[in-house]
Amino acid sequence: MSEKTVDRVAGATPVRIARKIRGLSDRAIAWIFVGPTIFLLLAINIFPLIWTVNLSFTNFKANRINRAVEYVGTRNYERILNDPDVWLSMQATAHFLFWTIFFQVLIGFTLAWLINKKFRGNDLWTTIIVLPMMLPPAVVGNFWTFLYQPQIGLFNYVVAFLTGRDPSSFEMLGSVDLAPWSIVIVDTWMWTPFVMLICLAGMRSIPDYIYEAAEIDRASKLRQFFTITVPMVLPFLMLAVLFRGIENFKMFDLVVQLTGGGPGSTTELASIHLKREAFEKWRTGYSSAIAIVLFVTVFGLASIYVKALNKVKER
Amino acid sequence: MSNFIKGILAFRRGPWELVATILIAVGVVMLMQPFVLWAFTYSFITTLVGTVMFIIVSHFRE
Repeated sequence: MSEKTVDRVAGATPVRIARKIRGLSDRAIAWIFVGPTIFLLLAINIFPLIWTVNLSFTNFKANRINRAVEYVGTRNYERILNDPDVWLSMQATAHFLFWTIFFQVLIGFTLAWLINKKFRGNDLWTTIIVLPMMLPPAVVGNFWTFLYQPQIGLFNYVVAFLTGRDPSSFEMLGSVDLAPWSIVIVDTWMWTPFVMLICLAGMRSIPDYIYEAAEIDRASKLRQFFTITVPMVLPFLMLAVLFRGIENFKMFDLVVQLTGGGPGSTTELASIHLKREAFEKWRTGYSSAIAIVLFVTVFGLASIYVKALNKVKER
Repeated sequence: MSNFIKGILAFRRGPWELVATILIAVGVVMLMQPFVLWAFTYSFITTLVGTVMFIIVSHFRE
């Protein structure tokens, strides 16, 4: 029956097409299937990258298309790497990166350790904790802007309740000192569950018999924690750190929604600085060079990430 | 230590990848440190050398 169907389908194929297909090797047919994907990859990823590298050596301005484009060699790179504004944006990125990762690891690991204990409602708590990670950054940025409002914001009232200060006496998003911490708090709130999930996966991969052997050897709970739990979760934690590091290095949407890089340029992260150079000052060549500096840095970090991933797989 | 130098001289993947990784890490730290401008100036070239080295040495034998 099935042979008949096959014959019918083969017979329905126009003779010209059937003759063409019959002459193709398996390799050629594979290329026909893979070709469109490779074409899209080249058109969407590789071509813009090469074009950006090309633009980074020019003085091209996207708002003046008719102006003659001059090749300026490595002048854009020299200017970027001696520009105090770029340096400041990198420092703002470093502050954001360091503290978000510090708090996310600390809280994420603690939460994973607590969730790993068997208790009633364990799964429900996991779902509740993971909720912030599922929200879009634009939504998170929007409602944290309301929470940070000095007059009506819940955050200010909680801080006022705990410290006894007047809720309207400080402004998280408007203060030069507090704004960098406000974005750290929001990112930590949003992405700690991610670190927690990775740590939890690491903790659940530790076989029970190791703890049982430690119990027989009369190892204390503290000793078990530092000699079994921490070393065995460490590779997972390292992956989480690298992954969050790469993501936060590129952080844009959440911070734009919260502070827009302000007040002044205190929360102007590298990606926000890049956007301002490219689409507010229209220095396309210069901003392309910044993009390449960021790309090489992220690519380098990603290389370490892949190496660490392979190490974990080998375990 | 001697194994590391032997590995470097024999063009083995492990030690060379370690050198590239250190270069990338040093480059990233130089890029983001708030202390000296010259370190920021030379950060990109350090990271670039580390990254290109990483791509090349990842094709070396284990």
